[in-house]
Amino acid sequence: MKFFVSLLVTGLLAFACGLYLPWWSVAVAAFVVSSIIYQPPLRSFLTGFCAILLLWYGLILKINADNQNILVEKVSLIMGMGGSFLLLIISCVIGAIAGGLGALTGSFFRKMF
Amino acid sequence: MRIVYFLLSLSITLIVIVLLSSGFGKAPPFGDFLSPQHGFWQNAEPVKKDYSADLEIPYIAHNTEIYFDDRLVPHIFAEDESDALFAQGYLHAKFRLWQMEFQTFAASGRLSEILGPGPDSAILNNDRNMRRLGMVYGAKISLSEMEKDRTTKNQLDAYTKGVNYFIEHLTQAELPLEYKLLNYVPEKWSNLKTAYLLKYLSFDLTGSEFDIENTNAKSYFTEEVFKKMYPIWNQSSSPVIPAGTYFPPASDSVSAPSTADSLYFQWKHAVNVQTIKTDKDNGSNNWVAGGSKTLSGRPILCNDPHLGLNLPSLWYEIQITTPQYSVYGASLPGAPSVVIGFNDNIAWGVTNAARDVIDFYRIVFNGSDRSQYWLNNEWKKADLNIEKYKMKDGAVYIDSVAYTVFGPVMYDDHFSGKGRVKSNINLAIRWMAHEPSNELKALTLLNRAKNYEDYEEAIKYFSCPGQNFAFASKSGDIALWQQGKFPNKWNMQGDFIMPGTDTSYNWKSFIPQAENPHIVNPERGYVSSANQVPADTTYPYYLGGDYDVYRGLQINRMLEIMDGITTEDMQRLQNDNYNAFAEAAVPYMIQHLREDALTPQEKKYLEALRAWNYRNDNEQTGPTIFVNWFDIFEEMIWLDELGRQPGPSRMPDEPTLIEALKSDSIFEFTDDVNTPEKETVDDIATRSFRKVCIKLTSLEKEGRLTWSKYKDSGIRHLLRLEPLSRFHLNTGGGRNVINATQQFKGPSWKMIVQLTDSTEAYGIYPGGQNGNAGSRHYDEFVGDWAEGKYYRLWHMKKEQSGDKRVSSVLKFLPAFK
Repeated sequence: MKFFVSLLVTGLLAFACGLYLPWWSVAVAAFVVSSIIYQPPLRSFLTGFCAILLLWYGLILKINADNQNILVEKVSLIMGMGGSFLLLIISCVIGAIAGGLGALTGSFFRKMF
Repeated sequence: MRIVYFLLSLSITLIVIVLLSSGFGKAPPFGDFLSPQHGFWQNAEPVKKDYSADLEIPYIAHNTEIYFDDRLVPHIFAEDESDALFAQGYLHAKFRLWQMEFQTFAASGRLSEILGPGPDSAILNNDRNMRRLGMVYGAKISLSEMEKDRTTKNQLDAYTKGVNYFIEHLTQAELPLEYKLLNYVPEKWSNLKTAYLLKYLSFDLTGSEFDIENTNAKSYFTEEVFKKMYPIWNQSSSPVIPAGTYFPPASDSVSAPSTADSLYFQWKHAVNVQTIKTDKDNGSNNWVAGGSKTLSGRPILCNDPHLGLNLPSLWYEIQITTPQYSVYGASLPGAPSVVIGFNDNIAWGVTNAARDVIDFYRIVFNGSDRSQYWLNNEWKKADLNIEKYKMKDGAVYIDSVAYTVFGPVMYDDHFSGKGRVKSNINLAIRWMAHEPSNELKALTLLNRAKNYEDYEEAIKYFSCPGQNFAFASKSGDIALWQQGKFPNKWNMQGDFIMPGTDTSYNWKSFIPQAENPHIVNPERGYVSSANQVPADTTYPYYLGGDYDVYRGLQINRMLEIMDGITTEDMQRLQNDNYNAFAEAAVPYMIQHLREDALTPQEKKYLEALRAWNYRNDNEQTGPTIFVNWFDIFEEMIWLDELGRQPGPSRMPDEPTLIEALKSDSIFEFTDDVNTPEKETVDDIATRSFRKVCIKLTSLEKEGRLTWSKYKDSGIRHLLRLEPLSRFHLNTGGGRNVINATQQFKGPSWKMIVQLTDSTEAYGIYPGGQNGNAGSRHYDEFVGDWAEGKYYRLWHMKKEQSGDKRVSSVLKFLPAFK
């Protein structure tokens, strides 16, 4: 239960932060949530990781659908990637790692008190 | 212990974030670039994006509406010109910010700042070329002249405010894709940047000079031979002003200095400078058929400037309507007003005059510090200008340029153009674009011109690059002026490097504006220009230069016979693929071919060429055979001699060769000087044909023998990024053809305007209104352009705001400060 609540809250907070703050605010959002809603470190990491993965995946799917994949195909070629799906996955994983690490740090932070 | 875990985890997190926020080598920072809320994903616009918004803006005086139509062409309706130009600046920035800034960086020699010095310092070399040419110097002179004029200053200020309003409100997410890829951010716009852009046009369009190459040719060939290779008049020319037109005698006269023979004409030294110049094929067509030749009885004006074709496009289509005027046409992102277009009363279009307005002077310095140079029998102080070049990695390269009475010393010990050798000469450049001028005033006056008198008054402000301004009005007047400020030169002045030790070689005066070649309402019922020679040899001033021949010839031939012309006829004419050069060259070359020496395979290509109707149509093989054959043919004729000439050389023009061969049966250049035998035209024709067949066979194997496959046209992104470019377009046309579509250059804005009571206009350019590669409007016109199609241009009226073509409405409302 805690996992899903954290997942949802992290996702929402990260989305809101992303509107006004730099990209790495996803890590801050995950940090904040995991230091408030305590979970053990590993599970925290997983929550932050999955929250941002899903958030970014969802955002990108929506962008690509609205854009009819015009840009993703061009940029994946510029980046020298085989296909646009790979670019999508790499993007999500980068966000997810930042989110996961943020959440992990939050969990350790909480443990100190 | 717990704190250790925390600190460890925190450190790892921070390190990862810092790494993902920094760029490595050419790669942008991954975190920023790949975040769906900040990175390139944000540039992926919904295909159905609505651009409507209401913006409260402190800089405007009245409500201003911008209606975007289905092609994303904005129709600006403003209560005064300042608001309208603010809106134009805003729109240029919104849709083309990266390109307009990038081009000012290119113009002012700052590309290394965003791209680095490049392999073998090629980009830095290019930057140095621009500054040494005096682009910054010229732009500053031009800006001060423009700002002296209160109206121009206000127009520039309004435009700049519009651009900056957009830049100031730009978020990281909205940053154009190229900034994200290259990891930098835009600077504030300024009036000077607009001046850079206008100078860049001059740079692009005044490359019609070969002073250095000519000097080298003169150092080796006799005068008689030189004149055969580079004649100043071509027999086939059909000049802009019809041959036989009476010109009054020159009101301003100049003569060569008394030392010209010894110090200029007989000065036989070769120079190792390799100039970086734009392609001389930057040509254009324009013509107007008067009412006597059209079905409607009203003039039809046509224009298609041929420039390098890039994405985002050079042009941005726009309508600007104020209570005083309503103009529609192609604008240049980075500059206010419409450059080529029409309003409720008139239409105008331009082609390049291709006159020689660049001359070089050899400077003698007193020692290597370049602080003094010899002038009129004494040492004169040179101003040394320090030029700093920032590199992408922060390093700074310092260069210095000496300024003389003639202009900046572009080439010296430190710079020899493209070459990496030390220059063996100091050359100062005198360039018309260094003169004070206000071209923008000409354009803004044309935007509001109502009749021929207004047009005549407007174009007087246009100094450089000299243009052929075609004109038509609803009242039925048609006209064409070759307008520009042109130095009044004595015969062959500046065709070679001139002595820079004596001011008597400097430009003395300019051709009086009223004596520029012009033609108004001619008997023949049409006017036209296509970069050919402006007038025949009875024109009382020296024209020199280097002019196109066959496009102009073919346009005049066609207009001469056409009658009852409609806009459809004009579309066909702009798309005409007839190759008048082939008509002149092919029969002659075939006649000199020894057919019995050919193999059956070679004969097959000969038959294909013989069957060709001289049309450079997409599916023809004739043009591929012809251009390749001619290339080898002319190389065999000239390269043996040119190879012996020291320093960079110049291949004589195509028409020169064909005309010389036809009129001179013992043309000495046909002999290959590297062989003991004495070759004739027949030998060269046969030898070159057999050689070209080898290439043709391999082209055929690759399936590239048809013209469009061989030519392989494309529109390249300014950064030459392949996925942002459009390649392999199926197009006909080419050099020496009215449809001047070459591989990477061609008709950059095709416009046809019939001046009936309700204007009937058509236009297209190979690009799209939105410079964002993530928009469907990025390249949406390219396919139709390649097929030779046009869009009906909608000169919107305010009361049509409910029309179904309106796709979005952007409103600017004055905000109270």
